[in-house]
Amino acid sequence: MGTRVINRGNKAARAGFGEGLLEAGGANSRVVAIGADITASVCVDLFASKFPQRFISLGIAEQNCVGVAAGLALSGKIPVFATYSVFSALRTTDQIRVSLCYNNLHVVIGGAHAGVSVGPDGATHQALEDIAIMRVLPNMCVLSPCDATQARLAVIAAIELCKGPVYLRFGREAMPDFTSHDQEFIFGKAQIMHAGNDLAIIATGHLTWEALQAAYQLEKEGISARVINIHTIKPLDEAAVILAAKECGAIVTAEEHQVSGGLGSAVSEVISKNYPVPMEFVGMNDRFGESGTPLELMQKFGLNAGNIHRKCREVLIRNQ
Amino acid sequence: MVFPLTNGISSLCELARAIRQSVVRSLAESGSGHLGGSMSSADILTTLYFSVMRHKPGEPSWSERDRFILSIGHIAPLLYATLAEAGYFPKEELLSLRKMGSRLQGHPGRDHHLPGLELSAGSLGQGLSVAVGMAIAAKMDGHDNCIFCLNGDGELQEGSIWEAAMSAAHYKLNNLVMIIDRNGLQIDGSTEKVMGLEPLKKKWEAFGWDTLECDGHDFRSLLSAFQKAKIEQTRPSVIIAKTIMGKGIASIEGDYRWHGKAPSREQATEFINELS
Repeated sequence: MGTRVINRGNKAARAGFGEGLLEAGGANSRVVAIGADITASVCVDLFASKFPQRFISLGIAEQNCVGVAAGLALSGKIPVFATYSVFSALRTTDQIRVSLCYNNLHVVIGGAHAGVSVGPDGATHQALEDIAIMRVLPNMCVLSPCDATQARLAVIAAIELCKGPVYLRFGREAMPDFTSHDQEFIFGKAQIMHAGNDLAIIATGHLTWEALQAAYQLEKEGISARVINIHTIKPLDEAAVILAAKECGAIVTAEEHQVSGGLGSAVSEVISKNYPVPMEFVGMNDRFGESGTPLELMQKFGLNAGNIHRKCREVLIRNQ
Repeated sequence: MVFPLTNGISSLCELARAIRQSVVRSLAESGSGHLGGSMSSADILTTLYFSVMRHKPGEPSWSERDRFILSIGHIAPLLYATLAEAGYFPKEELLSLRKMGSRLQGHPGRDHHLPGLELSAGSLGQGLSVAVGMAIAAKMDGHDNCIFCLNGDGELQEGSIWEAAMSAAHYKLNNLVMIIDRNGLQIDGSTEKVMGLEPLKKKWEAFGWDTLECDGHDFRSLLSAFQKAKIEQTRPSVIIAKTIMGKGIASIEGDYRWHGKAPSREQATEFINELS
């Protein structure tokens, strides 16, 4: 038995995002935040109350928020605009494409309430297409931390290390907080969370924890699964993905997002070109979410350890 | 050299004439592009770049410069001709418009590093928001520079314009001046037929803006409007400049079919002669 990662207690990734923003804002006076009404819900209220002179409330007008962010960035500020991902990334895609990405401006777009784990609000508020759309935009970087601790580090990295536009997605619900407080967030670098060589599970966001649970179950069954956390979906750590294909021979991807266009697609683009191996995909299969508790929904759509385990078994059969 | 350079009406007329000729020449050379709006905004840009804005063509990134945001990226040929006339880059380069490898992209692109270009733009309805962001930043930092944004009238049909309008008034951005090229035409025809904008002045007043009207082809009228806009203390200003699409070339004036068309070489010779 290898060592197991421990859940220190459930915590929402959005809380980590808010803490990281507060910290980065304290360290760098160029950081400004833009609010689109749901400031407390995306945990930008911490920053807003500490630095009111650097908080700009623009109301329920997300397209304007992105344009204003572009103007602020062109004037030397580092703007962070966060609201629910369905609004910050999807409603504003053209503004992000032209005003941010084509101008290549350092703006951090926070995509809150990612995935079906949003729960009872239902399909309109559950972002499941944001990774696909954000990652095809030239100049854009896409971050998807796996827990609250990593969300805190991701926003600090997005502010301090990046030079161009960054999309950072994170969930709403309190979920296992398990990555180390003293981990180094290395931009663009995959993290091996569990060693193994029989197959690789490449996961992002909340599903990294589920992938670990699936790996522990497989371990009991005599199968060693490598669990790789991808916190930077773009630029993707292609070397780690290719190495996983070569050393493990089969891959299962897992994400709280549509299978098409998301992490699974990004991984398969690399694999098919460099070292094709059998793959299976855990994610949403071309459908909208719905109302329910986060747990019920994750179960219904197979976004959990049980389904990841099943897909691992399937891909191993294909690989025999 | 620090601009503005001149308030002389006769020199402004001369500059506008030269700029219009440059636009026609570059469009004939590229074989595509937008002539109509470039002509209707020509006197506005001439006034801004030579009589109103504080800038240094020799030092495009001078931190104290006023900013000009072109929201209607499709009249890029006019912006390029004006920048070249002001000395940002050689006028010969205007003939590379829309060609492979040119710094003069079909719609402005900062990734091609053209001196004096403040924003990549071309998707309508976005420039005013960017200008609002710049005006907020200037106020945060205590800078006294002014942000100018040129919008088309058809562009006002984009909802994001009104989001930006609301936010500019909310933050009392008196360092922001928007100019609307009110030529009354868009690709499908008259703005009032395609999607009515009137009563336009009342709309801007209701949104809390200092609302001015002027003749967009009369330099005295333009200068007076900019003067009034600059002294406004509590609100953003909008200048609704009444213009004529294709202004300066009698045979195309007021013809919406010239919105997105370039002249042939023969037509260009004729137009340039007319503008001389």
